[in-house]
Amino acid sequence: MSSLPRRDVEVQTEQFAFSGRGEIVSYTTVQEAPEGFEEQAPYVVALVRLDEGPMITAQITDHDGELATGDQVEMVTRKLTTEGKRGMIVYGYKFRKVLPRS
Amino acid sequence: MRDVAIIGIGQTPVGEHWDTSLRALAADAIRAALDDVPVRSVDALYVGNAYGAPISSQSQLGALLADFAGLDGIEAFTVEAAEASGGAALRTGYLAVASGAVETALVLGVEKSSDMVGTARTGARGVSLDADYEAVHGVTLPALAALLMRRYMEDYGVELSAFENFSINAHANGSKNANAMFRNQLKPGGFARAPMIADPVTLFDGAPDADGAAAVILTSAERAVDLVAQPIYISGSAAATDTLALHERSDLLWLNAVHLSTQRAFQQAGISQSDVSLFELHDAFTILSALSLEAAGFAARGEGWRTASDSQIGLTGSLPISTFGGLKSRGNPVGATGVYQAVEAALQLRGAAGANQVENARVALIQSVGGIGSTAITHVLRA
Repeated sequence: MSSLPRRDVEVQTEQFAFSGRGEIVSYTTVQEAPEGFEEQAPYVVALVRLDEGPMITAQITDHDGELATGDQVEMVTRKLTTEGKRGMIVYGYKFRKVLPRS
Repeated sequence: MRDVAIIGIGQTPVGEHWDTSLRALAADAIRAALDDVPVRSVDALYVGNAYGAPISSQSQLGALLADFAGLDGIEAFTVEAAEASGGAALRTGYLAVASGAVETALVLGVEKSSDMVGTARTGARGVSLDADYEAVHGVTLPALAALLMRRYMEDYGVELSAFENFSINAHANGSKNANAMFRNQLKPGGFARAPMIADPVTLFDGAPDADGAAAVILTSAERAVDLVAQPIYISGSAAATDTLALHERSDLLWLNAVHLSTQRAFQQAGISQSDVSLFELHDAFTILSALSLEAAGFAARGEGWRTASDSQIGLTGSLPISTFGGLKSRGNPVGATGVYQAVEAALQLRGAAGANQVENARVALIQSVGGIGSTAITHVLRA
């Protein structure tokens, strides 16, 4: 069996601030939600290509239902879910469409 | 390494078995496989199971099932790779026998999906996604399939209806399989009418989670010819991986684990695509069928959907797939699916597939895929 070359994995990490902007690569509306997300369903999840290059998965929030691939989005901090009986809130990133500036 | 053969097979009907337990289902499949061979015991039991812990609240299935099936004291443990668990267990059994360390191995796949329902099961199924970067956002496996499918449709200009022949074919074949979960036929136009699970993935697109257990018994090829009339030889066995999270892939529409494991299995078996009589692929979603055909080298990039549209995939086509209904119609007993594929391929190669028989089946390719292509385990079986 031929062996594959090892990819360089960076161990030394540094702080990096993303601009929080990116574009929608793909998206879907989740109708059958997992536990912890029932109250949000239906909700949109998307693959977002950040302006700096990497791609991530996140929900699209604050939208009017009109979405398309290529839409420009920006990161916002939102409640993702609550965990356990005590309802500990998990915060994280979501994205919303970039609104035209007035 | 010595050559390995399948000498016995067993399966239970696939469905929602509310009236039975994981251990009883598993024992039924083990008994069926042992009844199929002139051996009374095995040396090891490898269990393919994906969600015993989160769905059935049961791990350490090796000890549980060895005891429950009367295989006292034998080597036994679980092999887990999400939906590819069955293929991983088969590969483990193959390696154990090929190495000479184990004489006779029983490979079992079992899942009891109905131990949980609704949002609880959907949540439990999420443990095999990337917990920190996918599942925490409420992403599900159907959602990941949908993200891929939309990208595919836009990049290649393919309509949703182009995928529905995968499901129609699966149900046409599954309707003739007494062990299949859904034996109804699907009509053209169904995708347009079906409810959305995660657009563009509809209810008629995704395979249903199910309960089921299947087993195969492996031994050395040398010993197999003395034991049974029709040993089925494992001439290729390979596993490969890709990123767990979909968003980490540099090329979204290329299932690299499928590509690598198919290539390795073909190389070992000394065959190419044109030698394959039938392909039991991982049709958990039609987009995975299309992309698997492309990555396994049966269709050009962007053309996998055409294989279905051109009716090449039926029992009399140039490349029959999902010959007993696949995951879509036979049902998807998650960690057992890869072993069902082995059982079904063995029936084809024995010429014992009845109404589902592919004529002159000589070489079967079976492929078990975990997640959205993160693990791919491929075997080549020969008569």
